[in-house]
Amino acid sequence: MPTYFERRQIVTPGDLIAEGDYIAGENTYKEDNKIYASRIGLVEYENKKVNVVALRAFYIPRVGDTVIGTVVEVGFNGWMVDISAPYQAILRASNVLSRPFRPQKDDLSKVLDVGDLIVAKIVSYDRTRNPQLSVGEPGLGKVTRGQITKITPTKIPRVIGRKGSMISMIKQETGCHILLGLNGVILITGKNLEDEQLAMMAIRKIEEESHTSGLTDRISQMIKEEKAKKEENKDESKK
Amino acid sequence: MSQKSEKLIDKKGLRLDGRKPNELRPIKIEVGVLSNADGSAYIEQGKNKILAAIYGPKEVHPKHLALPDRMILRCRYHMAPFSVQERKSPAPSRREIELSKVIREALEPAIFLEYYPRTAIDVFVEVLQADGGTRCASITAASLALADAGIPMKDLVAACAAGKVDDTIVLDLMDTEDKIGAADVPVALMPNLDAITLLQMDGTLSLEEFEQAVNLALEGCRKIYAMQKEALKARYVNVKEVEE
Repeated sequence: MPTYFERRQIVTPGDLIAEGDYIAGENTYKEDNKIYASRIGLVEYENKKVNVVALRAFYIPRVGDTVIGTVVEVGFNGWMVDISAPYQAILRASNVLSRPFRPQKDDLSKVLDVGDLIVAKIVSYDRTRNPQLSVGEPGLGKVTRGQITKITPTKIPRVIGRKGSMISMIKQETGCHILLGLNGVILITGKNLEDEQLAMMAIRKIEEESHTSGLTDRISQMIKEEKAKKEENKDESKK
Repeated sequence: MSQKSEKLIDKKGLRLDGRKPNELRPIKIEVGVLSNADGSAYIEQGKNKILAAIYGPKEVHPKHLALPDRMILRCRYHMAPFSVQERKSPAPSRREIELSKVIREALEPAIFLEYYPRTAIDVFVEVLQADGGTRCASITAASLALADAGIPMKDLVAACAAGKVDDTIVLDLMDTEDKIGAADVPVALMPNLDAITLLQMDGTLSLEEFEQAVNLALEGCRKIYAMQKEALKARYVNVKEVEE
């Protein structure tokens, strides 16, 4: 049962990773008892399971995921929402209004219009139907302020860090509230523009260097340096 | 024709551009060259210059084209008006429509189409400069662009042509060899699975010659595959360097 790649080595689609009694995990497939990669990424072994952590992928909806999307269409009894996935999501009017929906009286575009951003949870999705969203929980609903940035959805776990170490550090250092949509959309809301930009910069850096080690420390250092710079600038302008 | 074709290979056995019969043209491949596309690749093979871009998977419009059990692959092969000596009309010609289909069918077996039903992938191949063997170079570039877009694939697809010029079987024909030569055999291969996804022949060859040509083309495909892999990894080389 040989394996042909070491841990964290880069593979391209079609690369033969392992042969024999292994289980095909993420981004791999099995044929004739051989495990091949199906995406470009880094190899990870998990007992008998072979995974490839994809460097390039797109978001695939999963029930229970919190996502951030844009309303693209106001329909008769709901909205179509772009959640940067291959499928558009449906948000039903009855779910948002939290009372029976009256088609004659309610004007849906007054509640949510095209271009509005929403935070929502995926409540149902399978191969045959488009994902359905819900905003019926605290913290979900229309986004009213803050800034949005997009990263590759596979890198979201890196932004969270081990046991949330990365994200809680950024929150603490910048004083911003950061909401991670599992579809790769991130909402940053802070007290002022500067704080938000600082958090944004940190997230951009994580995306660029997502496959390096000791990243949390470097990000924290970067934020501190940037803060110090701003303090200096303030002092100078006062003088 | 025989008078003309004798000039294609000189006394030393070298071709018009000084290549040996089993030699490829110089190839340069770059992945991720377009920021607006989901995936992209650029290839230079001799004087060929080809750009491939991928969009998707996304919802299918018009909706009636969507398939309930798999995604659809749509391909557009197009030659720029300035890609050839005499201006080519930008409208899709009969040949371009056919090549779009050929390229699509060469790529389809490599993609897990059943993973994302009711969606579409758009493949755009733009030939900026043509010098023979563009269908093969297009397949090579498009398969890299698909991998760059993060689309799950069974294997990359590498393509290369072989043919007969002056009674010699040669690899990777350029425009003049293709036009004057006796035969042209484009082949596309999934190297790890050892599966051929495209095999065409234009001209006449004996059975032995055909076999020889296919084997030579497969050899060329494997060489191109090595370059494809290198180009794909090169996009993430900075990722690897920082890691070590």
